[in-house]
Amino acid sequence: MPKPTDKELDCTIAKMLKFGVSVAALVVLAGGLMLLRHPLLTIPDYSHFHAVDASLRSIKGITAAAFHLNPRGLVQFGLIILIATPIARVVFCIVGFIRQKDQLYTGISAVVLIILLYSLTKGAH
Amino acid sequence: MSILAFTSLLFGTSVLAGLLGALTGLGGGVVIVPVLTLLFKVDIRYAIGASLVSVIATSSGAAVAYVREGLSNIRVGMFLEVATTLGALLGAYLTARISSHWIAIVFGVVLLFSAAASIRGKYEELPKTTPNPLATTLRLHGCYPTPQGEKRYTAERVPLGFGIMFGAGTLSGLLGIGSGAVKVLAMDQAMKLPFKVSTTTSNFMIGVTAAASAGIYLARGYIDPMIAMPVMLGVLAGALIGTRILVKVHTHTLKIIFGLVIVILGCEMIYSGFSGRI
Repeated sequence: MPKPTDKELDCTIAKMLKFGVSVAALVVLAGGLMLLRHPLLTIPDYSHFHAVDASLRSIKGITAAAFHLNPRGLVQFGLIILIATPIARVVFCIVGFIRQKDQLYTGISAVVLIILLYSLTKGAH
Repeated sequence: MSILAFTSLLFGTSVLAGLLGALTGLGGGVVIVPVLTLLFKVDIRYAIGASLVSVIATSSGAAVAYVREGLSNIRVGMFLEVATTLGALLGAYLTARISSHWIAIVFGVVLLFSAAASIRGKYEELPKTTPNPLATTLRLHGCYPTPQGEKRYTAERVPLGFGIMFGAGTLSGLLGIGSGAVKVLAMDQAMKLPFKVSTTTSNFMIGVTAAASAGIYLARGYIDPMIAMPVMLGVLAGALIGTRILVKVHTHTLKIIFGLVIVILGCEMIYSGFSGRI
């Protein structure tokens, strides 16, 4: 495989980002439209913080809720796709740097990826 | 308020915030958090949760436009993301420990600073000092097109830039904003990178930085679907419209008007924080 140039790497990544954001926005929109099925219900009190339901705070809970077509779960699932998009960008960069045989930047990107995954998995603690 | 009224109002406001964010170059988060807390009386933690999500959407959505210009430097961006993501972890950790009054006050100060930075605009290039050995090792250089042909640049004062980037990440994680103004400051003023390279690289970094605190926000229950849904879709739509308009209209006057709006929001946030209304 030929070594990709930085510019080619940039373009691939930008297209991937656009795709990720589009999918995320569509899923959020679908969940949003379902939320509006009962448009006249009163919204909860948001002036005091009382954290979102525990089931909508973990990737596992959100995925389960989304597969049951729970509207709030679907919105959260779209948001997880959105959060995953920049993480996928870092993965793309690692692959690109490996193909360019750039060990230094493969390592630096790997550090960034570890920090991101740490936040996503250990965030609660 | 009914769900329909709340969602529509929030969506409309977010479109405006996205527009304003794109036209000033400050990003939608800078406007949406004060509006949600001051106008909609939403707790600041829900506001920063929704804002952070919209920051990821706009930064990733705008990447295609930026890449076309071919100015962003992925190595500079990736190296500095080590600092911003670590900072973002610290910021998200601090959000749970600092009272919302103080978050509001810090937010206000950042707004005032951002307004000043956006009005100031492009900084003139300063005379070059000696090349930084660290920049050579890390290959923090590149070239960019000018009317006089390709021009080479190399980063200077790398540790200072890295330090400021850590601060930018902390602010991003603490306040749920992209903190693009601070990122640009670190690159064009501290590291003496060309302004255009700094702004495009900054946009690339914002999404990754925000993703580092988003996981923590989600786990803590700051991201409420009811609020995040209209805000994310609205800000994204507004930002897309904003970047289209940006090409057509003369932006100097707009920048000053929006700058003033942001100054007012900043003062209001500081006042609300001190008086305990937030």
